[in-house]
Amino acid sequence: MAILDRFFEGDIRALGRIISHIEDRADGYRDLLGVLYEKSGKSIRIGITGPPGAGKSTIVNGLAHRYLNDGKRVGVVAVDPTSPFTGGALLGDRVRMNEFPAGGEFYFRSMATRGATGGLAAATGNVTVALDAFGFDITLIETVGVGQVELDIIDACDTVVVTVVPESGDAVQTMKAGLMEIADVFAVNKSDRPGADRLAMDLRQTLQTKPSEKDAWKIPIISTVAVDAKNIDLLGEKVDEHIEFIKRSGQFDLHRREQIKKKILSILKNQFQREFLERLGAEIDFEEIVDRIMKGQTNPFKVGDELYASFSRS
Amino acid sequence: MNQKIRVLLAKPGLDGHDRGIKVIAAAFRDAGMEVIYSGLRQTPAMIVDAAIQEDVDAIGVSILSGAHMTLFPAVLDEMKARGADDIILFGGGIIPDDDKTELEKMGVARIFTPGAPTEEAIAFLREAVASKKSDEKMM
Ligand SMILES: Nc1nc2c(ncn2[C@@H]2O[C@H](COP(=O)(O)OP(=O)(O)OP(=O)(O)O)[C@@H](O)[C@H]2O)c(=O)[nH]1
Ligand SMILES: [Mg+2]
Repeated sequence: MAILDRFFEGDIRALGRIISHIEDRADGYRDLLGVLYEKSGKSIRIGITGPPGAGKSTIVNGLAHRYLNDGKRVGVVAVDPTSPFTGGALLGDRVRMNEFPAGGEFYFRSMATRGATGGLAAATGNVTVALDAFGFDITLIETVGVGQVELDIIDACDTVVVTVVPESGDAVQTMKAGLMEIADVFAVNKSDRPGADRLAMDLRQTLQTKPSEKDAWKIPIISTVAVDAKNIDLLGEKVDEHIEFIKRSGQFDLHRREQIKKKILSILKNQFQREFLERLGAEIDFEEIVDRIMKGQTNPFKVGDELYASFSRS
Repeated sequence: MNQKIRVLLAKPGLDGHDRGIKVIAAAFRDAGMEVIYSGLRQTPAMIVDAAIQEDVDAIGVSILSGAHMTLFPAVLDEMKARGADDIILFGGGIIPDDDKTELEKMGVARIFTPGAPTEEAIAFLREAVASKKSDEKMM
């Protein structure tokens, strides 16, 4: 039986194989994704982001258990960085997962960035399509958490939990890291530690002064102690409330429509680049072009125009 | 196309030392592999579960507690029961030669004893993975 048939029979091994196929962009992966895509669209995708060591994985563990207790099926993708020097990666988020049922209602996948820099791997979105098609009601996505602006999560999720800790700085620093704009729910984690109350207050004040429309979503700030599962249920409730809220307001659909448009454009971009290199790649002497640019005889913009023109003619 | 070697490193049993396995993890990463580390005190069922979910090419298990003659067979049994016995199982630990031979007969692909250079494990893994590519049809 083909792996895809086993996938639709609920075989976890087949799911694992298909995800690798997608990640590796192995032969035929786009046709495969096309089939999966048409079976997807039901899963709610929740992103968990925040600085390194803030407790993202521990929160994922807590939220996953909460949804499982609710009778939901839960898939997780946790992303860690690929070393730009060796191409290798140490994927350690799984360490925080404990005692999950093995009957197919839970699935956890570690994923390396493989060169992407926006907090997720290039294939993360595609992998969530597979999880969705497999039948997971909830997909949790943990970003790399290198502390840089990790905007990929916006395009991969319906709702985003931003995790901060007393050690990660005050509200201004949270803002500078770009986390204010992407948060739908804040978790002030490690609130067993000194400074957590102040950080929560600080965030609350900063958010209050942010201008917002009358009916806009009020970003909740939940103080959690993820290692003791303290307030994780409350965090989960707020996440659910946000989903309900955006579904009622129409933002949920709008956001998904936006994501689909972006997806099409990115497919086009990749397709164009691939086709371009297929048709003209062999004829273009990049070294020679770079030589001329280095000598100041031409420039990348002009070269781009010329190559595009010859592509349109060819 | 980009096929990376994915390897799960796990530590079953009750001994709480993870320094050795972390050194191996770093060496594999530096050799360009994707290493999934799943932590201490893993049961054979948890290890095989993780290997299936992560779709790894190989499982590396470190056993220092002396329980290798029960733990390795337990992992192998679990792999068979879950239809995952095509995954390469290798291991490390303080394991006498006789036991080593017996384990390798049972189906553990290779046992590395302390002091074995990490390059040896890397070379073994590359070769073992390269010779096992599957021809299953996707769709
Ligand atoms: N004191 C305290 N420690 C916590 C809390 N939550 C998590 N930790 C600990 O913080 C450390 C990091 O937790 P993780 O869940 O791995 O954090 P992470 O954000 O996923 O880390 P990376 O993925 O490496 O960026 C672990 O040792 C946790 O046990 C908490 O609420 N209080
Ligand atoms: Mg983590």
